[in-house]
Amino acid sequence: MSAPSTAAMNGHWGRWAGYGAILAAALIVPLVFPAFQTQMAFLWLMIVFALTWDVMGGQMGYNSFGNILFLGVGMYVCAVVQVGLHVDVAAYNASMGASALDLTMGQYLTGLGLGLAAGAVAAVACAVVLGAGVLLLLIAVIVIAVAVGLCNWLGLPPVLGVAAGLGAAVFMALRVPALRAHGLLSLRGHYFAIGTLGLGIAAGEVASGWQFIGAGSGMVTPLYPGELGGREQFFNAAAFVLAVATFFALRRLYAGRFGLAVNAIRDDEQKAEAMGLPTTRYKTVAWSVAAVFMGIAGGLVGNIVGFIDPRDVAFAGATYGVWMVLMAILGGKGTIWGPVLGAAVFHITQELFWTYLLGWQRVALGLLIVLIVVFFPQGLLGWVRARWPERFGHRVDSRAAEEAEG
Amino acid sequence: MSGKFARTTGAVLAAGLAAAIFAGSAGAEEIKLGAAVSTTGKYSTNGAHTTNGYNLAVRRINEMGGVKVGDKTYELSIVYYDDESTPARGAQLAERLISQDGIKLMLGPYSSGLTKAIAPVTEKYGVPMVEANGASRSLFTQGYKYLFAVLSTSEQYLSASIALAAEMAETQGKEPSSVKIAMAFENDSFSQDVRAGVVADAEALGMKIVVDDQLPPELNDMSATLTKVKALKPDVLVVSGHAKGAATAVRQIAEMKVNVPMIAMTHCDSAQIIEKFGKDANYTLCATQWAPTMTYKDDVFGSAGDFAKAFKEAYDYEPPYQAAESAAAVLVYADALRRAGSTDPDAVRDALAATDMQTFYGFVKFDETGKNTAKPMALYQVQNEEYVVVAPTKWAAAPAIWPVPTWAERDK
Amino acid sequence: MLDNIQILIDAPPLLVQVLLDGLLVGAIFALAAYGMALVWGVMNVINLTQGDFVILGGFITVSVAQAGLNPFLGLPVAAVLLFGLGWLLYRSVVYRVVDKDLFISLLATFGLSILLQQLMNQGFGADVQSVRSGLGTWFALGGLVTITQVKVVAFATALVIGALLVWFMKRTRMGQAIRATAQNARAARILGIDTDRVYAVTFALNAAICGAAGALVVMTWIVHPYLGITYTVRAFMIVVVAGLGNLAAVIAAALGLGAAENMAGFILGAEFQLAFVYGLLVVILVWRSWRLARERKVLR
Repeated sequence: MSAPSTAAMNGHWGRWAGYGAILAAALIVPLVFPAFQTQMAFLWLMIVFALTWDVMGGQMGYNSFGNILFLGVGMYVCAVVQVGLHVDVAAYNASMGASALDLTMGQYLTGLGLGLAAGAVAAVACAVVLGAGVLLLLIAVIVIAVAVGLCNWLGLPPVLGVAAGLGAAVFMALRVPALRAHGLLSLRGHYFAIGTLGLGIAAGEVASGWQFIGAGSGMVTPLYPGELGGREQFFNAAAFVLAVATFFALRRLYAGRFGLAVNAIRDDEQKAEAMGLPTTRYKTVAWSVAAVFMGIAGGLVGNIVGFIDPRDVAFAGATYGVWMVLMAILGGKGTIWGPVLGAAVFHITQELFWTYLLGWQRVALGLLIVLIVVFFPQGLLGWVRARWPERFGHRVDSRAAEEAEG
Repeated sequence: MSGKFARTTGAVLAAGLAAAIFAGSAGAEEIKLGAAVSTTGKYSTNGAHTTNGYNLAVRRINEMGGVKVGDKTYELSIVYYDDESTPARGAQLAERLISQDGIKLMLGPYSSGLTKAIAPVTEKYGVPMVEANGASRSLFTQGYKYLFAVLSTSEQYLSASIALAAEMAETQGKEPSSVKIAMAFENDSFSQDVRAGVVADAEALGMKIVVDDQLPPELNDMSATLTKVKALKPDVLVVSGHAKGAATAVRQIAEMKVNVPMIAMTHCDSAQIIEKFGKDANYTLCATQWAPTMTYKDDVFGSAGDFAKAFKEAYDYEPPYQAAESAAAVLVYADALRRAGSTDPDAVRDALAATDMQTFYGFVKFDETGKNTAKPMALYQVQNEEYVVVAPTKWAAAPAIWPVPTWAERDK
Repeated sequence: MLDNIQILIDAPPLLVQVLLDGLLVGAIFALAAYGMALVWGVMNVINLTQGDFVILGGFITVSVAQAGLNPFLGLPVAAVLLFGLGWLLYRSVVYRVVDKDLFISLLATFGLSILLQQLMNQGFGADVQSVRSGLGTWFALGGLVTITQVKVVAFATALVIGALLVWFMKRTRMGQAIRATAQNARAARILGIDTDRVYAVTFALNAAICGAAGALVVMTWIVHPYLGITYTVRAFMIVVVAGLGNLAAVIAAALGLGAAENMAGFILGAEFQLAFVYGLLVVILVWRSWRLARERKVLR
């Protein structure tokens, strides 16, 4: 039996309880506890993190430590668009926020909307290129570097060099098919995990060396122009919408051909490939799906925090990057409710740690991680399912079970 | 360590409980200040200096009878959270302090990055924040109305050393523009701002920058940069990268025998370069906000030297300037509260804006952007394994030794 | 970038300097990498606490030096203490994840890594620490090249430890048991080897090696509770390139990485040195998978 993977198996009671709880949280908290809006916004974002990580890690069996890349890319692209619509980005960052933007509500929303869209597109582009074309990218970069150098030397415009590099990459892609599908997604198992880990850290390092986006000084996102308290409400609502959209989009995807295909890849990639499944394409699509939502989430996080630090906010592998994995595992990877549950439990625990274990919260976090993976490798949902399988629509043949145990 | 931890936790828990129970009853005799400071993560050492400075000042003020606001006398207390040295966390905690714990007056966190993340929040809620450890100039170009900083901004940290280099060139009969500068700065918010200051000064004097390396925070090896320095023979080497940068630079300059006539850094004292590297640290110029030998004084702590003594008694180590400026921030608050005659945030803000006082840490007077313009930076030089103030001239205990003897001479 | 290359062309001895520094540094990476290869090969666990063991070894050496003893004594002390810690961690946590999915052990050791970092932060403080070895500097090529003696000592020590390990693996009962377990744990068990004990020794031995490396690190550079990850990642890269169970290849890869990294720092500027390391990791992994795919094609 293949591992159950869709919400349909989770039983009705659980699902409706879940919807009810989430709706209640979404509607009641802003009214009763207006002060908790930012924490709520982060709860929704955590759910998005966990759900999108699970597309790869849970459903497809590709444990990624690098999805944080999409968050950072989305964040920076969104901020650059928001700022770039009005002033020169390089000058804005060089002044280190000296030229603060004063926007009207209309301008702000337009900028944010365009920024989020651009962030999502850029994140997907990263997913495709890095997932399926690192070698090509490398060739392009080397050729571009050499060609631009030559152009400088010969006094030609450097654009020619860039064009030559891109041309060479396209040519290679067409002529040497073996190069085409060679990106991070051709790595297996832990090589993929560590490769993506390196990717996330490298991205943070590059961002903190790049003057255009403020380098190590970071980048300040435009201020929300509305009234006091409106900002929190706005972003809480936006994050909620994003979480809901992510949830239903993924549920829809898992219920169809895509879900079957990625599960087949998880269960046995060689066989899936031998049966004619275009695995590279599915893997790339899966990573892109994760990238879209992470890119948008990145744009929101940047605006909620208000200050993008390249290593601690944008490419925050040691915090968000790891949390998303933990949340998915804690809840139960490979399910749709697992990551949601895991994110909620984790986020609330974390907030409590922060409040009541001042100074020791990271010790507690480390312990929590160890306990989760050692005692709940299948997650809370997996543990519940193992205890009460009937509730999940599994039939247990008690005789067979006894035989197996005996 | 754990004793302190227990006490802080206890205090925070108690404060939290009190806030929960007496919410709304306007905490009769106490004014609560709020602060998110790093107890864990990369800034935790300096975070500890910061909290120690805050706590010492609060304790001293309370022992002296508290703060008289209008016709009532209040004691001060501080609610702390740990921002884990990450800006994302800092912003959330500021929000929590203000909207959940009902804090009306904030003290700053440690580091420019954290202050950058928190300032928009305090601004949004109209809560004044007096900060002592966010030196980045960009904090004061945002039009923030509620942000006040008692320290000199970071572009001034190493300008004195550049000015000194120009002066020395002139005494040699050379143009200041003939001076070559090598720079190695960590690429974080603070160090980059220091770098911006150095670059601006160098440009104004027409000096040439021959090395401009930026060190990632995890980097603990500067040998590639120093090899470049050896090749290009600059007249000045400036380094800034918190304690790690200073320690690495002092060690590797000595080991690789790099000869530069002038070496200037930040964070020498928090890196404890003298204690750790002894005579290898000699001749290094160090930017400092404050020194115990300065002649400022006030009526809470007395002179700068008295503060140093009180601090040493309380915490058993010499106060680095991070602790001094933090204590000064609390003094500024007490003064503003007294003058405002009210605990209303806007009244306190206006009183803060009108601050014009002397503290053991230096004069405090804010310009319209909220930065303290009344206090200059100072420059130490390590001479015979001791910090000696060499600039500004008013407090200079000795002239700067220039040029730095070569390693061949020093090793003799 | 071009200016920096120009410097090297103008003054070739500097090239020697940059490469030499890189090579000497590489030897310390080699120690951490060899430990990682050992644990990976024998237990099928990728240990992410590697770098934190190194840093802890450094802090222990600092304590030894502060007690007024010769810092080189810190090396055996750190190794012994970390052997104990490794044993303890195996008996409490790691044994539960040895037979699990590799990803589970990856996460478990990641959790341990956060825990260790934080405990070091509480225990030793977040101060940057270093120890002076009291050794000097040699000059070469007309004073343009400086060779720090402590780096040479570290290099030599790393080689000696490597040689000792080879001897241990080849000549002692325990070493033989470890190698047998690595080849086939089940068969080893049937033949009466207590594999659980073998695992414990392997993990503890790895921690001890890292501790010794840490002692060398703190005498060469600095340590700080949160600096461990860089050693973990470098160790991993080296193992990926060199493969499991081949000490010579590990040393060669480590020296190569050290030299390449230092060159990158010189030419690209220090700000891209780490980006280069991590970027190189990605490229190596992809290159490896590409090579494997080609091999598969050839086999067909």
